[in-house]
Amino acid sequence: MPTRNDRSSGMSVVEALRVVADLCCGQQIVVTNQGSARIWPKLRRRPLDVHYNPSTMSGAIPLALGLALAQRHREVLAISGDGSLLMSLGSLVTVVGSGATNLTIVLLDNGLYEVTGGQETPAARMAIDYAGIARAAGFPTSLEFRDLSDWRARAADVLTLPGPRFIRLVVSAAPAEYLTGSTPPLPEQLAGLKTSLEIA
Amino acid sequence: MFTGPEIEAVFAELGITHVVWIPDTAIGPWEASLAGSSRLRLIRVCREGEAWPLAAGLHLGGQIPLVVMQTTGLFESGDALRNVLFDMKLPIYSLIGVRNWLAPQSRDSAKTFAEPILNAWGLDRQWIVEPADKPKLAEHFCRCRLAGVPGITLLAEGAP
Repeated sequence: MPTRNDRSSGMSVVEALRVVADLCCGQQIVVTNQGSARIWPKLRRRPLDVHYNPSTMSGAIPLALGLALAQRHREVLAISGDGSLLMSLGSLVTVVGSGATNLTIVLLDNGLYEVTGGQETPAARMAIDYAGIARAAGFPTSLEFRDLSDWRARAADVLTLPGPRFIRLVVSAAPAEYLTGSTPPLPEQLAGLKTSLEIA
Repeated sequence: MFTGPEIEAVFAELGITHVVWIPDTAIGPWEASLAGSSRLRLIRVCREGEAWPLAAGLHLGGQIPLVVMQTTGLFESGDALRNVLFDMKLPIYSLIGVRNWLAPQSRDSAKTFAEPILNAWGLDRQWIVEPADKPKLAEHFCRCRLAGVPGITLLAEGAP
């Protein structure tokens, strides 16, 4: 029998993301999607943020990888939910195979399809070792955090470790008020991103 | 239809910086030329659905990507294509191999559904069916790029 992976004691997803947002003050590109695309704009707004919504599930990591390959001098962060990652676990292999080192994947693992109302993913009752999967795929840095104070204390250092990096954050479900509201229209965001990147 | 060195030269002359692909038996022989090119990078994905958002990221970052896959992969990656070409409105170009198109007796559904599905998407496309059609790839690519719209070259393939 699979072992239940208890995420009820996970850290607050809002506070976990606030740690990342507080560290992203420079030239990093941040790609959010699904739940994080709704939470992040309430924490921080930057022209280099891409709130990938409407998205295709599992598309955030490849989108971020493309940006990382195109902008080798910048760090790129992809913030993905576990449901999205499960749709394309192979994307972890694609990342490593591409040779990109300027990419960090932050996995928000709550075992839920959050934006559709909180249904369980197939992994919700299983102890999936996502950091182990990433390590096996070849990520030189692959870590997980369950405790907010630990994550807060180590995040800045973790983001300087050799890339590509994979960071699993075990989080609880987002408060409903953070899942409401729309993101700016995607074409508008992308035009702003290209302007910020000084691309004609 | 194209040899590896031929297609590498065509892609490079068009300014393509990255080829994002999953090959089939007709396209696969291009691998050595594309992987060994000093003028462009070959990016291998595990699933065709990754190819479209990866190409989108490359495009947004100022590069000129080309997506290469078979019709089977086109079908598999329909939602990713929809998102990138229609929600994001990005002019990503692709080259799609159509398995068994040159085998008239074949009832391969990978060819049967190619045109109806592209008709549904309403995507600008053109065919390469015989060697004399080869220049159409560059012509169509340039036309789509100038217009800022996505486009597809369909490459007629024989039996695998």
